[in-house]
Amino acid sequence: MRRFLLPLGLFAALVVVLAFGIYNAPRNGSKEILSPLLGKPAPAFALPKLLEPGATYDSGSMRGGWHLVNVWGSWCVECRAEHATLLQIKGEGRVPIVGIDWKDDDATANAWLAQLGNPYDTVVTDHSGRTAIDWGVYGAPESFLVDPAGIVVEKQIGAMSPEDWQTKFLPHLARKP
Amino acid sequence: MKHRQRQHLPLATLALAIVLGLGSVAHAVDNTPPLADPVKQQRYLALTHELRCMQCQNEALADSNVSLAADLRLEVHDLIAQGKSDDQIRDYLVARYGEFILFRPRMSLRNAWLWGAPAILLLAGIVIAIRVIRRRSQLPIPDDEASDAGTDA
Repeated sequence: MRRFLLPLGLFAALVVVLAFGIYNAPRNGSKEILSPLLGKPAPAFALPKLLEPGATYDSGSMRGGWHLVNVWGSWCVECRAEHATLLQIKGEGRVPIVGIDWKDDDATANAWLAQLGNPYDTVVTDHSGRTAIDWGVYGAPESFLVDPAGIVVEKQIGAMSPEDWQTKFLPHLARKP
Repeated sequence: MKHRQRQHLPLATLALAIVLGLGSVAHAVDNTPPLADPVKQQRYLALTHELRCMQCQNEALADSNVSLAADLRLEVHDLIAQGKSDDQIRDYLVARYGEFILFRPRMSLRNAWLWGAPAILLLAGIVIAIRVIRRRSQLPIPDDEASDAGTDA
């Protein structure tokens, strides 16, 4: 009987390891990938403003205050679902939203904002997609919470629901320095 | 006979068209202009095949036709043209997208045990096998064999 103890013990250990792996897997399967950007300085950019032709927005001006950076596009179906949440965040007025209009057509982007409402304090256009690469964006929408020191403290991949905003993002703002 | 051959001709033409068509589709994915230096172009091809398309996840950057993959191919192209080494380019992309973008994960302290596990398990197996064989060889010889050995002695 004792000779089975070692194999049984090894098997139990394997079960524990695999169960640990399964229960700690990301909730949305392998789709959601942790951003290496969390805890690091937000990548700098200087991009043309969508609503003020000819003007440029420099990310350096985000310093000193909290900002929500939202990557979107009028071609992005999920962004439409997220739009109501962004308008709600705008209504709360706790944090300005900087929109990065990713690989989009300016005219359709303008039409989108005119039709659905504009939750953004500033919208910049990233036609080449270079800034999105710097931010490690691989699908829209993605949202980043940047603290006054310019550090990315939270990230949302996919449409943000009011619950996501409440549970993931607002607690960071509560510890406002 | 001649009639039958003629019947097969459209089929053969169709097959040829499909084969040629597939070939042209495979080439059309990567629209990034090739690098002038053939060595650099070779590096470009190697890199884009070992980097993951983050949107489609099981496709390489080289094989994907989503727009992000095209942007990232252009990024790799430009970084090579700027004289960056393969490792610098990998670091550049890992800093943005994480280790996940590499199809071949790099060895680190965190995954070293995973790389070492096969060797450790093999060693453990050999040690166990040797111990079992040694122990068995010292067991008393079973009855029927023992009687045979007895007559020999």
